[in-house]
Amino acid sequence: MKRRQFASVVVVGAGPAGLAAAIRASESGRQVTVLDDNPSAGGQIWRGEKDRRSGNDASAWFQKFRTCPAEMITGARLIHGDPERRILSVETRQEFFEIGYDKLILATGAREFFLPFPGWTLPNVMGVGGLQALVKSGLPVDGKRIVVAGTGPLLLAAAAYFRKHGAIVPVIAEQAEWRSVAGFGIRLSKNLGKLFQARSLRLALRSSRYTFSTWVEAAHGKDRLENAQVRTGAKVWREPCDYLAVGYGLKPNIELPVLMGCRTQSGVVAVDEFQQTSQEHIYCAGECTGIGGVDKSLIEGEITGLAAAGLKDSARRLFAKRRKTRQFANVLDRAFALRPELRQLPLDGTIVCRCEDVRWGRLRPMNSWRSAKLESRCGMGPCQGRVCGQILEFLLGWHPESVRPPVFPARLESLTQDSEMKESLRT
Amino acid sequence: MRSMPEIITFSINGSPVRVSGGTSVATAILISGETAFRRSVSGEPRTPLCGMGVCFECRVTINGLQHCLSCQTVCQDGMEVQTG
Ligand SMILES: Cc1cc2nc3c(=O)[nH]c(=O)nc-3n(C[C@H](O)[C@H](O)[C@H](O)COP(=O)(O)OP(=O)(O)OC[C@H]3O[C@@H](n4cnc5c(N)ncnc54)[C@H](O)[C@@H]3O)c2cc1C
Ligand code: FES
Repeated sequence: MKRRQFASVVVVGAGPAGLAAAIRASESGRQVTVLDDNPSAGGQIWRGEKDRRSGNDASAWFQKFRTCPAEMITGARLIHGDPERRILSVETRQEFFEIGYDKLILATGAREFFLPFPGWTLPNVMGVGGLQALVKSGLPVDGKRIVVAGTGPLLLAAAAYFRKHGAIVPVIAEQAEWRSVAGFGIRLSKNLGKLFQARSLRLALRSSRYTFSTWVEAAHGKDRLENAQVRTGAKVWREPCDYLAVGYGLKPNIELPVLMGCRTQSGVVAVDEFQQTSQEHIYCAGECTGIGGVDKSLIEGEITGLAAAGLKDSARRLFAKRRKTRQFANVLDRAFALRPELRQLPLDGTIVCRCEDVRWGRLRPMNSWRSAKLESRCGMGPCQGRVCGQILEFLLGWHPESVRPPVFPARLESLTQDSEMKESLRT
Repeated sequence: MRSMPEIITFSINGSPVRVSGGTSVATAILISGETAFRRSVSGEPRTPLCGMGVCFECRVTINGLQHCLSCQTVCQDGMEVQTG
């Protein structure tokens, strides 16, 4: 028999947004349960910080969370939900259960955007946030050479982090033009440092070559990465390295909100001033409403928690603070817009769908997602198109199809316990 | 990296490994020098890409259970991890 539990407010995601939401919603005396698929709370930026007493922002928020009565369930992945019955389906390593709610807060964060280029499937080519997450969970990089490439402030935050852990970062290859970034009035060391909380940013910049209009066009190596082929204008060189950390910005995780019927706009979940979505009982906070860094996630989380708990006046008092964090977010997006040359990166033999090993030459002549799926199984693997879907949107302008449950691959036992997901077994 | 002094002992492909508490299985595999977490459909060796439970490149077998995401699993004493 499947187990069912209930909480007045359920929060999905235990990053800064979800934690702030849970803390504020608990102030009303309501019963709050937080679910996250990671082994511990913290989300992306505070990964591995839970038990550290570093005296920074993170530890202050963790302290508040520890002392608030909200229940935390880690290692729990939301795979389906029914907005009519207000029930979510949850899978943990041990079991499948359902959780009912009055109000739902979705704080599902964002993931990294990757672009395919020759050699990007070689061992030790990783995402920028991906490698950073591994270092945060114990990977030593002391003395390792790490090329950091792609776009956006995360490159700087990550490079600073790698250096702090003893790595050598010979180059930080930023694809955007200097003019574009400077033109938006972004003072790199000041604003980006603040936004992305990279304390040792200056150090990173001083001892690495941070170059604009520069990108990695190939990764080379026999069984694993040996060097990255970097281009800036007409100049091309090979940079020897142990790891290549490459990412082209962040994209909101909107699959679960879409499945729950929340309206989206330009790839982010649409919310009103109280962070309420188009579904009256569902709220959304943090990166899934638009990429803007940790301060935006925290303040949106607080507003969401208060609003969901019915404390609208308290929520309203935080609006001015939120406005500031959003302004900068808008600017970021345009300053780091992707250059068209990046569409030329994949060669015919370059893999685009890493789950099914579908190559660019096969996909390029196709005219829709549907035919790509039917003819090549592109996007049909376990990541469910989370990686190749956004790639094909950029390369070919294909928009992802509607979201179907389960939003993550689930175990057979879980699927058979849910009538709607059982259907997915047949298709 | 972490302040926890505890040491965890488990195995990767039958060989014993020791890591400090809190280390993820993905990290432990990289430390061991293994470069094929899994083999792709066409036989390529793969290592983690996203590090956060999205890409499914870090799938390994843990205690006989296939397709576990090593980036979202913390090492535990006595665990048996199989790659490839
Ligand atoms: C890879 C990566 C690295 C980053 N590194 C930095 C950095 O170094 N510095 C910085 O300032 N910013 C960084 N950011 C930006 C960062 O996302 C924000 O600053 C901040 O963490 C956002 O908080 P959030 O609460 O909105 O989302 P997140 O922190 O992303 O939290 C969302 C949480 O929801 C969970 N989740 C999502 N879907 C489900 C589901 N279906 N079931 C269960 N749980 C789910 C996720 O696993 C995650 O723990 C990074 C972002 C990414 C993607
Ligand atoms: S590395 Fe992407 S899911 Fe684990």
